[in-house]
Amino acid sequence: MNRLLMSKYGPALAGTIIGVVAALLVKFGNPGNMGVCVACFTRDVAGALGLHRAVVVQYLRPELAGFILGSFASALLFREYRPRGGSSPMIRFGLGFFAMVGALVFLGCPWRAYLRLAGGDFTAIAGIAGLTTGIGIGIMFLYRGFSLGASRPNPKAAGLFMPLLAIGLLALLLLRPLFGAEGTGPIFFSEKGPGSMHAPILISLGAGLLVGWLAQRSRFCTVGAIRDLIMLRDTHLFKGIVCFIIAAFLTNFVLGQFKPGFEGQPIAHTMHLWNFLGMVLSGLAFTLAGGCPGRMFIMSGEGDSDAGVFIMGMLVGAAFAHNFSLASSGTGVGAYGIPATIAGLVFCFAVGSLFMNRVE
Amino acid sequence: METKTVDARGLSCPQPIVETKKVLDKISGGRVEVLVDTVTSRENVLRFGRNAGWQGSFEESEGFFKVILEK
Repeated sequence: MNRLLMSKYGPALAGTIIGVVAALLVKFGNPGNMGVCVACFTRDVAGALGLHRAVVVQYLRPELAGFILGSFASALLFREYRPRGGSSPMIRFGLGFFAMVGALVFLGCPWRAYLRLAGGDFTAIAGIAGLTTGIGIGIMFLYRGFSLGASRPNPKAAGLFMPLLAIGLLALLLLRPLFGAEGTGPIFFSEKGPGSMHAPILISLGAGLLVGWLAQRSRFCTVGAIRDLIMLRDTHLFKGIVCFIIAAFLTNFVLGQFKPGFEGQPIAHTMHLWNFLGMVLSGLAFTLAGGCPGRMFIMSGEGDSDAGVFIMGMLVGAAFAHNFSLASSGTGVGAYGIPATIAGLVFCFAVGSLFMNRVE
Repeated sequence: METKTVDARGLSCPQPIVETKKVLDKISGGRVEVLVDTVTSRENVLRFGRNAGWQGSFEESEGFFKVILEK
């Protein structure tokens, strides 16, 4: 199995299994077309930790802990655990922040963009077009010599931060401590809305561990797939997302979860321009950082603290997105979602133009 | 024959490939050594080199890999 995952069939195999798992997670209770959404889940974690008070999106999604721990275990087992860091961490934090803002204007990360399509949500098409455009802009910067600089090897213990954080989140999920000032919190769980919809904990955690392991071995990446296809005419990773979409579509179809149309789709809006531009921002930020949000979780499990910093940027970005009314809802973009998207694009263009740290 | 070396250690995807491509595009044959520090980058550079018609192999050194492309 390991040899297969490392082979040219690896991403396709991983994509197929992850697509089936994602559709099944919806069947088991996750919100519609949100079997796996790295951005939405990070936003739910931010809410559960009280970093924002949007009461409908608060839950400590165990899938995310699973991604990190599955990747960590896989990296240890196959001698790929290599703690590293120090490649413009503050800038990566900013990229994570704005990648999240863009994702919450669209209402999903690249994984969910494909899953929305596989569930029949045609509003995702504008998002995927935006994602592709954002990646294209990122490629332009890469061709001009864009680089955030090289990371350096870190002490072995440095890579334990994210796996320990994942264990801490799982502990908070199970213990549900209540010692906040108002008799609630510090951990919050939604009683209605998407945050209240979730698969049983063990199923979510198991799915997360499986996805973490598959993605670590196969290097499954939803942004690298499009980047390598455009930039290098290399279909290696692209086959992964094609299989991901087809597998999720077929599983949705069999389970009666495929509902084609533009209107009334779960946790989605029909403001196509902002679906498009939100994902332009996300796609560009992910490309400058070197991979999709799922890939960031996987790399953080391998000991990459720059990926960990990016995730922290996503977490804080999610909190700001809800506290400052940047995030969209089913009715459309948030009050300040449009200026925030523009600010994010300005930030990413500035980063793309100003960071030319050549290796020579 | 002269050996060209690309030090791509610590670079994010896809910069190891971009740096390798810049060197391979300039020469028609010879030996190019690409230094990388993750298995992901090692496999990516090997796949890129082979797709471009080069023979690829690698050696493991202390804490990094030396990918050798020859044509």
